[in-house]
Amino acid sequence: MDITGVLQKLASESGFAAFFLTEGGWKNLVMILIAFALLYLGIVKKFEPLLLCGIAFGCLLSNLSYFIGMGDNALYHPELWAAFLDETSPAYHSYGAIMREAGLLDFFYIGVKAGIYPSLIFLGVGAMTDFGPLLANPKSLLLGAAAQLGVFVAFFGAVLLGFTGPQAASIGIIGGADGPTAIFLTTKLAPELLGPIAIAAYSYMALIPMIQPPIMKAMTTDKMRKVRMVQSRAVSKTEKIIFPIVVATFVILLLPSTAPLIGCLMLGNLFRECGVTDRLSDTAQNALMNIVTIFLATSVGATMVAQNFLNWDTIKIVVLGLVAFGISTVGGLLGGIIMYKTSGGKINPLIGSAGVSAVPMAARVSQDVGRKYNKNNYLLMHAMGPNVAGVIGSAIAAGFLLSVFG
Amino acid sequence: MKGFIPIPTAAGTALLGYLVVFFGLVLLMVVLLVMGAIFKRKKARAEAANAIPAPDKAAPVLALDNTLPKASGTAGELKLYDTDPRDAAMIMAIVADSLGKPLNELRFISIREVK
Repeated sequence: MDITGVLQKLASESGFAAFFLTEGGWKNLVMILIAFALLYLGIVKKFEPLLLCGIAFGCLLSNLSYFIGMGDNALYHPELWAAFLDETSPAYHSYGAIMREAGLLDFFYIGVKAGIYPSLIFLGVGAMTDFGPLLANPKSLLLGAAAQLGVFVAFFGAVLLGFTGPQAASIGIIGGADGPTAIFLTTKLAPELLGPIAIAAYSYMALIPMIQPPIMKAMTTDKMRKVRMVQSRAVSKTEKIIFPIVVATFVILLLPSTAPLIGCLMLGNLFRECGVTDRLSDTAQNALMNIVTIFLATSVGATMVAQNFLNWDTIKIVVLGLVAFGISTVGGLLGGIIMYKTSGGKINPLIGSAGVSAVPMAARVSQDVGRKYNKNNYLLMHAMGPNVAGVIGSAIAAGFLLSVFG
Repeated sequence: MKGFIPIPTAAGTALLGYLVVFFGLVLLMVVLLVMGAIFKRKKARAEAANAIPAPDKAAPVLALDNTLPKASGTAGELKLYDTDPRDAAMIMAIVADSLGKPLNELRFISIREVK
């Protein structure tokens, strides 16, 4: 046995050798470092750790695949998905072609591509959400609508920066501050941008406590921030049961493209409220949500291969995402200020910023900022109304963009 | 619209999209307001049917049974005016949480509903 020969063979086949021998391999090395940085942010800084850890590890695994030959060993094959989207390829829209050569993360990604995971996440979100504050004060829906301003401003900004219509729509939806909606729309319209858009959406959602307060302070006066709101009316159980049925029927008929998201959101909420499906509600909130989060996060992370991620478009998306979040906050606060004026000072405009979705983080920010100026002010339940209205609002915005560009 | 779009078209699409979101949510708001009004009226009717004459006296203090042995570490008696014991427990928990102090280190003397 030629020991030297065996050692040479092992050395030449190892991924470490490929670091230095593979053309363009440095880019994948950079992506691996980005994965480490994201893991640090998730684990140490606790930025959306449930998602960021999975996304970062998916990114690590797919970029490691590049150094192990991209063949049978690879976990994710970007070239298969490129062929899946190429109208001239025999593998165009063929899941069979994907499955013949797929790695583990390719199988996971099928659930993203088919729009299954975001819808199932919405099922869990519906099962976890109490729409009582919205039912007690339906005018909150106006704040949820006003806070979608960033979606459309960022969409316009993306067109100005040279993105195509579908790409601009996918970038704009970051302003909806709703991760599953952003992933759902991007997978349908611009799957090549999924990695940067998901990262921007979830990172900014984690940064909401830093992004929103300066804008809230700049746009409101001391007097506005101190407004104490009267307690909302109690909502009956029957109203809570009827609500998901009415919303699903109404919104799906209005914008059919929202059916997967709104349908699952309201089904989850019906499980929660109807009182006879506690087991299903529990599964949707916990086990199912956790399982889908693992699949969604790792497969979205897997799309962050160097070839798709390390370019100027990613920088533009990160900047546009921040603009979208900021402008959505401004839109919600403007809505809040208008309601403050029209109600004769009875509504605290700080609850408007919660209209950006990001449940319940944005509502907590309204509560915290409100309490900073009036220790006895409890805005949380009032802010939950616009907050859950934002979820419906961003789904409608996504439905509109999908019907225009899909 | 699959490819690049002209800037005026993008501006129009953005404006139309924002209006569609408002339109959808305003319509939904109207539906929920109508639904809420129906339920409020129903509740008012049920309350009127079950109404019992209100007592003339001022709000009674919820009497606690002083004969029962007190829990260890108790900080005295709490008087509740027009307050449900369940609400009182929640209020005390919120106050303790806000102050960052354990509940057993705080003493509540009375809780009164502000009308």
